[in-house]
Order: sequence, then structure tokens, then C-alpha cells
Amino acid sequence: MRTRELVMIAGMMGVTFGIRYFLFAFADRIRLAPWIEASLKYIPPAVLIAITVPAVLLPKGDWHISMSNPYLVAGVITTAAGIFTKNLLATIAIGLGAFFIYRMVI
Amino acid sequence: MSDQSKEFFSGARDTFPLLLGAFPFGMIYGALAVTAGLSKGAAMAMSAFVFAGSSQFVAVGLVAAQAPVAMIILTTFIVNLRHMLYSATLLPYLKTLPQVWRIPLAFWLTDETFAVTVHRYQLNDSLATAHWYQLGSSIAMYLNWQFWSYIGLVLGDRIPDASSWGLDVAMPVTFIGMIIPFVKSRPMGICVLTAGAASLMTLSLPYRSGIMVSALAGIAAGLVAENGCKKRQGMVRV
Repeated sequence: MRTRELVMIAGMMGVTFGIRYFLFAFADRIRLAPWIEASLKYIPPAVLIAITVPAVLLPKGDWHISMSNPYLVAGVITTAAGIFTKNLLATIAIGLGAFFIYRMVI
Repeated sequence: MSDQSKEFFSGARDTFPLLLGAFPFGMIYGALAVTAGLSKGAAMAMSAFVFAGSSQFVAVGLVAAQAPVAMIILTTFIVNLRHMLYSATLLPYLKTLPQVWRIPLAFWLTDETFAVTVHRYQLNDSLATAHWYQLGSSIAMYLNWQFWSYIGLVLGDRIPDASSWGLDVAMPVTFIGMIIPFVKSRPMGICVLTAGAASLMTLSLPYRSGIMVSALAGIAAGLVAENGCKKRQGMVRV
């Protein structure tokens, strides 16, 4: 491994673990304000959707809203599968399957 | 079987659907890492020590673009900042655990393990052993990620166009699957719509910091909507 790679990985590890551990380290001494406690439940879907929407509408970094965008088609099918099956494994399997079949067809 | 091992295995089992989603994603990470010119050792070390899929994915893109190391580390910081929101959510459940537990659970805290585990904690049932559930989910995700990154490395070496197969679709598909069970109320729906719209309006922000800005906008919208709902219910009661 080259020095540049070593520095990069050490740095990435440092910031990532730091972010994940910072609050845990002081967990017994931190008291959250009530409005922060109330906001916690919104965190997971808010973060996940903010990553997902651009990945579906701009899969290669440029806007691509059309039926020829398999990421968009798969996103719509996955959403429908999630709502109707209410089963995570089925949802992911249907979404992935839809993407690869659709890509072969178009 | 003891309660601990029961929790451990149900954590691993409930994570299984997400292992399916992480497999194409790990593979494309490995394939892209080779194409980007990262050495095999470095690509595996990143999976083993950083263990954060989407930031590894972004980092590999920056390596290919020959970005400076400091910029790669800064981008990693911003892309992974969301994990602090996750740790804040888990805080009440982990504060009685000793540091020997908190350190590995923090190291292994991913979107997937968080999404599965938070439902377990919210059951508020036999919380004394719930951290074993999180451990089971963590280890399942970790081993799966190492394995598929490695397969991706091998594949990327042999089949140079493996990175154009569209395996990166696994991330949005998995995330959509994880989002849906959270959206059970009107404020939650408003939160998701707002964060999703904001993510499109903040595309030009540097280092992908639009993720955090959009998430905060969604959270704020959810809180406002929740207060609105409460007030309306109050009025009906009067």
C-alpha cells in the first residue's frame, strides 16, 4: 500500500469512527433537549430519502427523468412493492429484479 | 439457547434482506476501486477499517479524479455526518452499556444496521439484551461487506466493464425499502417529501453536503407538521 493510500484510509477511518462514536462516548452524561428528542424519529427517513432521490433522478450526475432511465423505473417499482408487500426482502428482490430485467429489455 | 444468542441471531436474521441489497453495492465498490487505480490492499483496508459504503463509493470516485487526500477526507466527513444523527437516536438505549460495547457498536453503525435495530429498540421489550440484537446485525453486515467488496475487486480486475452493469442501483432500492416502514403518519410523510425535494434543490452544494441540509429541512418540516396536527386535535377536543 502506498503512503498516500495509507494516509487517506487512516483519515477516512478517523473521521468516520469519530462521527459514529462521539455521542456514544459521553452517552451517560448527555441529556437531550425535549425538542431534539422529538426530532429523532424523523432522522432515519429524512437522511435516507435525501440520498435516494438524487441517486434515482440523476443516476450519472445529470438529470434523467424519462422512461429510458432504469434507475427511475426501478425506484417507482420498488416503492410500489414496498407499499403493497410490506416485506423488506420481497421489496429489495423485486426492485433489483425489475432494474436488471428493464435494462435488458430497453 | 441463551437470551443473548437468541437476540444475536434474530438481529442477523432481520438484517438478511439488507445483505441482499449490500451485495451488488459491495461488488461495484470493489470493481470501481480497481478501475480507479486504488491498490487491492487499500481497497480492502477501506472496507475493513472505514466500513461506510456510500462514502467509500464517493471516495473511489475522487481517487479516480485524482482529488487531493485532504478533500477526500473532508468529503468522507460530510457524507458520513448523518451517522451522528443515528447515534443520537440510539443514545438513550446505549447509555447504560460499558465502553467495550459502545466502541464496536459505534464502529459498525451503518444505515442498514441502524434501520433494523431502531425498530427493535422501539419495541421497548427486554431492552437489557437488545444490544446483542444490534451486534448480530452489525457482524452480519460487516462480514457481508468484506466478502462482496473482495468479489468486486476480483471481478473488476477480470471484467473491466463490471462497473457499468448498474449495480449501484442497489443503494436506492435498499434505501427505499428501508424508508417505507417509517412513513406511518402525516408528519412523517411531510418530512420525507420535504427532504426529498430539498435534496434536489441542494445538488450544487459542495462535498455532497446537500444530504445533511436536506435531512435537517425534512426533520424541521416533520416537527412543524407534528405541532400543527396536535393543535388541530386540541381544537377538535374543545
